[in-house]
Amino acid sequence: MAWTELRELNSTLQAQTGGEWVIENTRGAHALAVGLQAPLEVTIKGSTGYYCAGMNKEARVHVTGSVGPGVAENMISGSVVVEGDASQYAGATGHGGLLVIKGNASSRCGISMKGIDIVVHGNIGHMSAFMAQSGNLVVLGDAGDALGDSLYEARLFVRGKVKSLGADCIEKEMRPEHIEILRDLLARAGADARPEEFRRYGSARKLYNFNVDHAGDY
Amino acid sequence: MCGIVGLFLKKDDLRPRLGDLLTEMLISMTDRGPDSAGIAIYGDASQGLKMTIQSETPDEAFTGLEDNLNALLGAPVQMRVVDTHAVLTLPEGSEAEVRAYLAEKGIRIMGVGQSMEIFKEVGLPKDVAARFGIRQMAGSHGIGHTRMATESAVTTLGAHPFSTDGDQCLVHNGSLSNHNRVRRELARKGFVPQTQNDTEVAACYISSRLAEGANLGEALEGTLDDLDGFFTFVVGTRNGFGVVRDPIACKPAVMAETDSYVAFGSEYRAFANLPGIEDARIWEPEPATVYFWER
Amino acid sequence: MDQTPHTLPRQSWTFSNEINSEIRRAAATGIYDIRGGGAKRRVPHFDDLLFLGASISRYPLEGYREKCDTSVVLGTRFAKKPIELKIPITIAGMSFGALSAHAKEALGRGATMAGTSTTTGDGGMTNEERGHSEKLVYQYLPSRYGMNPDDLRRADAIEIVVGQGAKPGGGGMLLGQKITERVAKMRNLPMGIDQRSACRHPDWTGPDDLEIKILELREITGWEKPIYIKIGGARPYYDTALAVKAGADVVVLDGMQGGTAATQDVFIEHVGQPTLACIRPAVKALQDLGMHRKVQLVVSGGIRTGADVAKALALGADAVAIGTAALVALGDNDPRWEDEYQKLGTTAGAYDDWHEGRDPAGITTQDPELMTRLNPVDAGRRLRNYLAVMTLECQTIARACGKSHVHNLEPEDLCALTVEAAAMAGVPLAGTSWIPGQGGY
Repeated sequence: MAWTELRELNSTLQAQTGGEWVIENTRGAHALAVGLQAPLEVTIKGSTGYYCAGMNKEARVHVTGSVGPGVAENMISGSVVVEGDASQYAGATGHGGLLVIKGNASSRCGISMKGIDIVVHGNIGHMSAFMAQSGNLVVLGDAGDALGDSLYEARLFVRGKVKSLGADCIEKEMRPEHIEILRDLLARAGADARPEEFRRYGSARKLYNFNVDHAGDY
Repeated sequence: MCGIVGLFLKKDDLRPRLGDLLTEMLISMTDRGPDSAGIAIYGDASQGLKMTIQSETPDEAFTGLEDNLNALLGAPVQMRVVDTHAVLTLPEGSEAEVRAYLAEKGIRIMGVGQSMEIFKEVGLPKDVAARFGIRQMAGSHGIGHTRMATESAVTTLGAHPFSTDGDQCLVHNGSLSNHNRVRRELARKGFVPQTQNDTEVAACYISSRLAEGANLGEALEGTLDDLDGFFTFVVGTRNGFGVVRDPIACKPAVMAETDSYVAFGSEYRAFANLPGIEDARIWEPEPATVYFWER
Repeated sequence: MDQTPHTLPRQSWTFSNEINSEIRRAAATGIYDIRGGGAKRRVPHFDDLLFLGASISRYPLEGYREKCDTSVVLGTRFAKKPIELKIPITIAGMSFGALSAHAKEALGRGATMAGTSTTTGDGGMTNEERGHSEKLVYQYLPSRYGMNPDDLRRADAIEIVVGQGAKPGGGGMLLGQKITERVAKMRNLPMGIDQRSACRHPDWTGPDDLEIKILELREITGWEKPIYIKIGGARPYYDTALAVKAGADVVVLDGMQGGTAATQDVFIEHVGQPTLACIRPAVKALQDLGMHRKVQLVVSGGIRTGADVAKALALGADAVAIGTAALVALGDNDPRWEDEYQKLGTTAGAYDDWHEGRDPAGITTQDPELMTRLNPVDAGRRLRNYLAVMTLECQTIARACGKSHVHNLEPEDLCALTVEAAAMAGVPLAGTSWIPGQGGY
């Protein structure tokens, strides 16, 4: 895909109010289908580079391959489904919408998330949900090191093993309302798992107001 | 700050295509490094020592050089001129004498080894690859780099890969924060970097550890303790290929492995043309984890 | 009577009263001192430079009658819609949150009347500031608070903040007092907590990734908006060159006197270079790449007068940005509130606890009662007046140097009063032809 094709492709998609679109021959291009702002259905056949479906609003984007860094970064609404794996920063700073990774996500998945829901069918890498503010991160596989470091109010659900928890992140009780949230997200993400199999992690809120006795955690 | 590609063949069937595959990979990383490009290729082991040399004025510098070296050493020397570079094949034991002669003539040495040849120049990857005919080269493994210079100069010598000992080369994406201190320590041990580039310090570091008897894996482990900052290193030796990322690991890195090869790319798109990539195992190397393969 | 002469008690220069008070404060609290504003120590500055003026060898322009243009266009490299400003002075990024809504509105009103732009900050874009700013630069920060594609599209330019002069390489910390309900909502944070700021962007690191990030932002906004990259005064030559290589339309360079809403005092005073020292290396980088005046350079950090503006332009900047000075124009640190500053343990002119939200002038606060002390219409007019004076001053100097456009000021129109300033600005020491450090910097 040449640069001019990217410009043409994005401006065409951004101008749509609906309809179904298929993008082929992606060859790992960056910034594919970014800034969409209407309920269109976009299928990307192949793998993408950085920031696929960045800042998505309302559109439903489906990638048949794997995605590079920052897929669905800062998503506002709509959904992005990736059949393959995702590189770093999947769903970074997302404000809303649903991101589904059918494979594995690498490091910093859900970094600084602000309301987005992310469901990863496989594993996630280190420093995931760093400074995550709100929203839900659901992981059917394992989580890497320093999960939820410096966490705010996002909810983290992991079915497999957690290699280590980051500063101020602790395991929390799974209450009925969390089971409900999880059941809904698993269903919407087409995930074959029961909510009861997950553990919940959240903020201990010890870093919310500075205390010298926790200075080592900063 | 750059793009890295690497390809290590586990079987011989792709050997004739190594240069072609690496060239495609290199060109795919043009956006990440428009300043300069370079490639190290491990081809057939030579009888004697291969030395890749470079000159800004190749016509002048390389004319008659073969004859002069023949006369100097009293033994046969072969020279293959490729654009601004030339590959000398020297008799065993003549390296020091040749180095001294070339230094006097102002000719630069890019690397030496039994099988490694290094080509690097300022310019876009496609132009650099074409000038050196990389596509036609065969071999067992190779490493390429496209550079966006951070703090050191955009020059031929500042291009990657850096080779600081026989059949060794290293490329880097990131920025080291303690390279000046490490440079001084290495200089005391006799490993003196030729440029102000932070990457060359890392290359010298690996060479110093290998010279002290460490294996490639141990030398790469050492970078995690002794080098600070952000880095992804890809390293080649005569029969090996290694990868390591710093503990924070925020510079991009992807690997792919099939029955016939291991590939490294700064981005997935570097793999788009590799045979059998659809069925490869693809993963991102873990932080502070050493990966290496040897034949 | 004791006849033995006594020596006078002598205060230590090393352990000054100021230092000792900081040691006691640290010992009592266990937290570093956090404050707003920029470096307060004396560093070589524009005051150490003088213009030569014209006489016989150069001919001056007549004031008021012979035109001296001040317009500047930012973003001519790639953007389809560059920003056209009437004056080379812009308003630097300051967040809603750090500042009250009234203060943001006043900045928008003043800048719009003066024909220039204002800038959002860490906290997103408010309707008030969009509505009152004819030209608004939308900052893209590591926190991404309130970041959304609609605001990106209704901005006039996008400023990717890599660093700021008060704290190159650092994030910040906004203490809980200012995270009110509205601020918390805009930032998706719980109310009343300390906001910890990241020092790197969450989804890119380094110039190679930045290039791809810029591509994404351009694709989202149809290649219309100029993309600025803001850097702190750390390694201005390399950082400017890399910003250009990554694809910037405009480089914003903020020296160590540049303000901040809140960060560690140790960071403000000990990290980064003086504004004066940053300009020439940045301009050299642009010149080496053949991009001077093609990628515009905006300089900030301690700009106060029209003379400062003229000097920054002469050294090679295309425009300047003001933050602290604009707040003073609105009414910050005004002696009329002296009684209240005293109650806070400070005095007018020294008040820098902007993060605590108790600003008597009603500017750096979210307290509804204090906020009403600032009338945005009056304060906006004061800012407009101040910008007009700075512009007139800058023009006066430019005319005296024989320039029909302020951009035609050159380093050769300057001399320096101190060896330090001469070295940093790359201009001769007054009365000599000696430029210390010529050939390097």
